[in-house]
Amino acid sequence: MAVQNIIKVAARRREATLGFWERVYIFEVVRGLWITTEHFVGNLYYHILKLFGIIKVHPLTPTIQYPEEQRTLAPRLRTLHRLVRREDGSPRCVACMMCETVCPALCIKIVAAEGDKPQIEKRPKSFDIDMGRCIFCGYCVEACPEDAIRMDTGILDIAAYSREGMVLDIDTLLSLQPAQRRTDKEVDELQRRLLQ
Amino acid sequence: MNAVLYWTSTIAKSAYILVFPLTLAFFLAWAERKQSAVMQDRIGANRAKFLGRPFLGLVHMVCDAVKMFVKEDFVPDSGHRVLHTLAPFLAMFFALITFAVIPFGYQLTIAGETIGLQVADLNVGILFIFAMASLGVYGMVLAGWSSNNNYALLGGIRASAQMISYEICIGMTIIGAILALGTLSMQDLVIRQGYHYFGWLPRWGVLLQPLGFLLFFIAGIAETKRVPFDMPEGESEIIGFNLEYSSMKFAMFLFTDFIETVLIAAVTVTLFFGGWQIPWLFESGFVWPWGGGWEIHPNVVNILRMAAFAAKVTFFCWLMMAIRWTLPRFRYDQLMDLGWKWLLPLSLANIVVTALVVLLVN
Ligand code: SF4
Ligand code: SF4
Repeated sequence: MAVQNIIKVAARRREATLGFWERVYIFEVVRGLWITTEHFVGNLYYHILKLFGIIKVHPLTPTIQYPEEQRTLAPRLRTLHRLVRREDGSPRCVACMMCETVCPALCIKIVAAEGDKPQIEKRPKSFDIDMGRCIFCGYCVEACPEDAIRMDTGILDIAAYSREGMVLDIDTLLSLQPAQRRTDKEVDELQRRLLQ
Repeated sequence: MNAVLYWTSTIAKSAYILVFPLTLAFFLAWAERKQSAVMQDRIGANRAKFLGRPFLGLVHMVCDAVKMFVKEDFVPDSGHRVLHTLAPFLAMFFALITFAVIPFGYQLTIAGETIGLQVADLNVGILFIFAMASLGVYGMVLAGWSSNNNYALLGGIRASAQMISYEICIGMTIIGAILALGTLSMQDLVIRQGYHYFGWLPRWGVLLQPLGFLLFFIAGIAETKRVPFDMPEGESEIIGFNLEYSSMKFAMFLFTDFIETVLIAAVTVTLFFGGWQIPWLFESGFVWPWGGGWEIHPNVVNILRMAAFAAKVTFFCWLMMAIRWTLPRFRYDQLMDLGWKWLLPLSLANIVVTALVVLLVN
């Protein structure tokens, strides 16, 4: 009963808001067709210009032709992870397991080993990130006390033919480069400046 | 007329009228993607490439055809195998056979013989169209029934209800046009639209029957079962009669819709937009309303007229495609309201007014 009343009231209100000519609909159809046709003709004009090579970019379509064209990424965008190296080339990671603990998707697996230098207690023997499970929250980056993991490679098209293929190991993660042409040292410098 | 010429011309005409809607339907399937894209500020299909070029997205159509052919042709175990196979053929057959009575030109003179440019000049051509269009619904109903699937059956029932509702309106508006032009033969219908008012305004059916045209066009779009009247299919959510179809049989249903679009465009042009007539073009050439003229060979005139017919049909196909990509779908009760409470009374009124005017004028 109550529901029916609500429906009735809604119908009455809708009818009240539509004028007679709108309810006849035909003229509204023509108006709608006019709008779409305007778009059609305008776009077609530029498509033809582009077809004959007179213009390079269609000014009205925002389409990005993805694999060939890539949109510019914001510098802070979280993208594929990488592990940062020290100056001597060894990983910065000290296998503290912070990131593994904080990761809400449970996709980081670290096996720790004894460090090879006296001042480095632990090092990661293996460091796997399952990209099939990662939700790109960035908590691992936040949690790391050594700033050893970063999400600044600018790589978004992560794909593989199998689930196992989505798991990136330590060698891959270490080999990735930051998207911006800044060295790790410059990034460190920048962060120090920002933190002051 | 000698037998050789008769048979070759008949075969040529049949081939033309078969190839014409099929080609146009192929390009409509392409336009479905590209025109919608252009209307919506997108770019549209351009990824499939042949020799490194997308050819305006036409390569996608070839890929689609190949895909449809190599897919599994599935018949549900509990379905009716024969009817399930027959249904798409029926739907397509009745859509294509209707073109037999559409005059796609006037006549050509070859070796002293005149050849009428129409496959079958029935004296009740317009009724033939009406009859065949009504039979087309059997394809949908059988498809829904033979799949032995409740959703498909409901889709088939929706299709038959919609078709019957709108066919009545089509029949009524056609009667209006017949009354106004005074003939049932398709060719005569077109010939009688060749006169001019005041010497310059072409006497096309749309001037005699503006309301009739509007009603016919709306009901015609409903007959093609495409948005905004795509309740029988409802491919995006409500699932229609072709639910249990795959492979080429599915493609045939898809294609039937496009052929019906061409058909409705062709009948609209024939009834209301002067068929193959070009304004001020007579058998011997152009006669300008402001005096003077331009003499053209009669055969060239008739080829121009064939081209005019094709162009008009293409325009109406474009218009129907634009409508399809502009409007949202009707609700089912709105659909029935529109058919029975608006179109039918209006078309009846149209008949009465037309009949009165014809009576008074004569
Ligand atoms: S971004 Fe989030 S989900 Fe991905 S590895 Fe880091 S903590 Fe885990
Ligand atoms: S938080 Fe940083 S240092 Fe600790 S295990 Fe993860 S990457 Fe290594």
